[in-house]
Amino acid sequence: MEKFDVIVVGAGHAGCEAALAAARMGFRTAIFTLALDSVAMMPCNPSIGGPGKAHIVREIDALGGEIGRITDETSLHVRMLNTRKGPAVRALRAQVDRKLYSWKMRQILEREPRLFLREGCVERILVKGGRVWGVALRTEERFQGKCVVVANGTYMRSLIHVGEVHYESGPQAQQTTHGLSRNLEELGFQLIRFKTGTPPRANSRSLNYDKMTALPGEKLPRGFSFTSKVAKRKQLPCWLTHTTSETHRIISENLDRTALYGGAIMGIGPRYCPSIESKIVQFPDKESHQVFVEPEGWDTQEVYLSGVSTSLPAEVQMEVARSIPGLENVEFLRLAYAIEYDCLGPHQLKSSLESKTIRGLFFAGQINGSSGYEEAAAQGIIAGINCGLYLRKEQPLILGRDEAYIGVLIDDLVTKTIHEPYRMMTSLAEYRLLLRQDNADRRLSRYGKDLGLLSGERYEKVQSKWYAVEKEMERLGTWRITPSQVITAALESVGSTPISRVVTGEELLRRPEITYSELRALGFESTFDEELQELVETEVKYAGYILKERRSVERFQAMEARVLPDWIDYDLVEGLSKEAAEKLNSVRPHSLGQASRIAGVSPADISVLMVFLEHRGRRLKASEKTD
Amino acid sequence: MQVENWVEDTIAAIATPIGEGGIGIVRVSGSEAISTIDKIFRSPKGRSLEEARNWSLSYGWILSDSGEKLDEVVVSVMRAPHSYTREDVVEINCHSGLIPLQNVLKRILGLGIRLADPGEFTKRAFLHGRLDLSQAEAVMDLIRAKTDKGHRLALRQLEGDLSKSIKEMRDELIGLLAAIEAGIDFPEEVGDMDADELISACQGIEDRLERLFATADSGKIIREGVDTAIIGRPNVGKSSLLNMLLRENRAIVTEIPGTTRDVIEEIVNIDGFPFVIRDTAGIRHTEDVIEKIGVERAMSLMDGADLVIYVIDGSTPIHGDDVELLKQLTGRTAVIVLNKADLGIAVSKEECTKLVPDTPVVRISATEKTGLESLEEIIVERVTGGLVDLSGESLMVTRTRHKQALKDALENLTAAKQTCLNGLPVDLVAIDIRGAAENLGEITGDTLQADVIDRIFADFCLGK
Ligand SMILES: Nc1nc2c(ncn2[C@@H]2O[C@H](COP(=O)(O)OP(=O)(O)OP(=O)(O)O)[C@@H](O)[C@H]2O)c(=O)[nH]1
Ligand SMILES: [Mg+2]
Repeated sequence: MEKFDVIVVGAGHAGCEAALAAARMGFRTAIFTLALDSVAMMPCNPSIGGPGKAHIVREIDALGGEIGRITDETSLHVRMLNTRKGPAVRALRAQVDRKLYSWKMRQILEREPRLFLREGCVERILVKGGRVWGVALRTEERFQGKCVVVANGTYMRSLIHVGEVHYESGPQAQQTTHGLSRNLEELGFQLIRFKTGTPPRANSRSLNYDKMTALPGEKLPRGFSFTSKVAKRKQLPCWLTHTTSETHRIISENLDRTALYGGAIMGIGPRYCPSIESKIVQFPDKESHQVFVEPEGWDTQEVYLSGVSTSLPAEVQMEVARSIPGLENVEFLRLAYAIEYDCLGPHQLKSSLESKTIRGLFFAGQINGSSGYEEAAAQGIIAGINCGLYLRKEQPLILGRDEAYIGVLIDDLVTKTIHEPYRMMTSLAEYRLLLRQDNADRRLSRYGKDLGLLSGERYEKVQSKWYAVEKEMERLGTWRITPSQVITAALESVGSTPISRVVTGEELLRRPEITYSELRALGFESTFDEELQELVETEVKYAGYILKERRSVERFQAMEARVLPDWIDYDLVEGLSKEAAEKLNSVRPHSLGQASRIAGVSPADISVLMVFLEHRGRRLKASEKTD
Repeated sequence: MQVENWVEDTIAAIATPIGEGGIGIVRVSGSEAISTIDKIFRSPKGRSLEEARNWSLSYGWILSDSGEKLDEVVVSVMRAPHSYTREDVVEINCHSGLIPLQNVLKRILGLGIRLADPGEFTKRAFLHGRLDLSQAEAVMDLIRAKTDKGHRLALRQLEGDLSKSIKEMRDELIGLLAAIEAGIDFPEEVGDMDADELISACQGIEDRLERLFATADSGKIIREGVDTAIIGRPNVGKSSLLNMLLRENRAIVTEIPGTTRDVIEEIVNIDGFPFVIRDTAGIRHTEDVIEKIGVERAMSLMDGADLVIYVIDGSTPIHGDDVELLKQLTGRTAVIVLNKADLGIAVSKEECTKLVPDTPVVRISATEKTGLESLEEIIVERVTGGLVDLSGESLMVTRTRHKQALKDALENLTAAKQTCLNGLPVDLVAIDIRGAAENLGEITGDTLQADVIDRIFADFCLGK
């Protein structure tokens, strides 16, 4: 029997990052995929980034993952979102070439030393004495592994709905799997059922773009990866059109034929990605909804009709699409569908993503109830890293909510009861001014380097970049400007009030209307490029707010430091509400802080726990005295 | 051991103020409550309390350890979780009066039940999720309420008026936050929020908060009492006046000037308002070190007081020191008392009014107890007319903690508005608004995040 240190089940966005991390940490790693030609596939919109998600991609990049680099290499339309909404929520988003992305990832997997890529369907996890020891395939092959990462996405008992038609299938005509669902249940895991959906894909030649608005990409697109250069690149536009009253009429008349409202779908769908029918039902007053037409690749006619995800019957889908300006003669390449699948209630995992009950068994990606490629990749790299640390017998890497969006993501998954596929949003992070996409490298490169996932050279570059930023800020603090008529005129020309005394560059930059280019005009010399200038501006302009968040981080950390011992039986702690005791027993939070984030645990329950801890502490002290 | 008690043991205490109303209640709460009281209770038909229906009343007697009838009582049994504390609760309605109540309580405590700490029933109710934080505090205030007016206010707060109003404002803030966050997290689907709209929304909530905040001082006065200082030269009858207001002799009264050396503090109920009255050393120029310290204290008491009662001996011509000191009253809430009316009138009201306009003057005799009613009337008028707004159904903030939270929320909202006005990005505005919503949540005990996310999805059509 072939032996591995780590076995990864599934070569999606989670599996790939997990396998690469484990292999790069020096462990012999196998990765199994249902279909070799669909490695790192994007069955939904081939789009990476956006608020919260871009932050995650930058963080994965800082830890030494691949998603950022491949996205930059394969992007065909890049935009910076939220440029005027604040430094913390500025977010890069890219459309990528779907095929190319998958192909690049496959090449990386194939070439990685110590990594073994194999097509094959894992049907069973092999467990003995509460510890994982390998996997069994449908072909009855067995492989030995000290750690297993289950990252098999949305394939378990997956069921596709198109109107009144329901059939077993994975996304994008991939196969459904049954064995693993059954096996996980046998191993005592509780599975939940989620739903998601995807819109139709059209043949570009059938569309009339004259009736749509072109959305061009950024002139000088930036990259996700620290290693990518800002450069002028060829890009494709996206296009914007909208639904009409005719669209809404057709959908309303056929509501009972949708799988969703017809009652066929049992799974819970995401609120942030509703089907067009739920948008119309929930927001009846809205006369029109946006429809984005997005390219799927450089040399394909396939385009993605973003905004009209649906479970309507096939012929109604066509009618609906044709009621949209520019789509009057649309030809479909693929139909829209809703898909239901099994996933794991993630409260069964530790913050390291290891199972609470079976040692060496990790879970990552959509199987954990998340949605999105970025969220999957993030869990993947953390699971891969934690396999490595488990094998090295070291403490797992658990990123704090004050440290990374990845920390927020995993903490939310294992702590909160999720009711829909979990998507990252900036509003889920408490300290987002500290967790910016522009400082992910500063926050996390250390981990990447220490784990051996980031080269020393790369780490050095990150260090010197931030050293330069600090120097620049010092320079700004000492650079002085004296009031004069020229200066007054210059300030007034940008709508700024004149200065009446000598001020520093830093003081000036703190004014909302003053940016680097104004400082330059006033004589401040700098070699910084636009990206670095933005960094300095953020640190200077928002220093007060950043400090405020740092202070609340201190309070947060105090709560995180109050450890809840894992032997507590919450049923026996009197005073807790029944729901809280139940939730606490199931989540088993490691700290009072984590406990406070569990849905169903009220502030009153937290005071009960505080009293309990206090009381226990005093009793311990008392017994020490009597001993 | 003491700490362990809070969850496990059964507690008892007298639950109604002694001597008020016809009936007094001894309340027992905890898992042993029913079985313990059952041992000492006998109904005419010999029915056991263990069989009594929930919330039923049983008539009978509490027996002494020798089996004699201690008191005739009505007992109600409320089983967990349908009780005030969400534990098993037995309430024994006794004939009021200190003696029978204490006898019954003593009897219960003899059976291994612990005397409840002040507010412990409420604490349990809170810990068991029966009350939210502000309700629990209202009950605590109720327990401590010194007079009727405080009592009524506490009652209203208990019903959740404050909670409700604060929840409404918090809800509005969450709506604002959701609008901002939806625009941030779904920039391609949700339009930007209009800055002017944002500013006026903040302003609206700020105004409401400010009104609530303004009541904080009235609330404090009603809860903690009107801080009143009696000031005047030695021997004018300050201590006598205190005794008159108290209707008993607490302060030492002598004909020797400078009798009162230290500050004497008493609580008096005047027309439903609690007054914390401090009798002070007479003020005069002196070389006596001890008296000098007293004088300094009197001056600083005057500074700290909500209300100053300035006493003058009205039977002798006005003293130079008085002329000086009366001037100190300008701008304060004060009443001038011309004492010793029985000895003759040497100072006219007009003389005083000329020195301190807008300050009422009352003539009394502390020894003859004349003028008491009009003095009390004027004192209460001073309080309701300025210090406290009792008009209508306006809410009042009675807790220092609430006041602090409101203050923080106000600051955050002002900052949010300023951030908008400065043209800073909405991301930063969100931080302040989030802060304000969290501050309000501190009062009601709600946490924020899930609420905001739910609102985003409820209010906005999202998803490409
Ligand atoms: N006739 C008459 N005597 C009064 C009256 N009020 C107080 N006295 C007398 O005045 C003397 C001083 O009274 P106190 O009440 O001790 O005066 P005080 O202002 O507290 O004096 P110090 O504490 O010494 O500053 C006592 O002998 C009182 O009996 C009054 O209204 N009429
Ligand atoms: Mg005196």
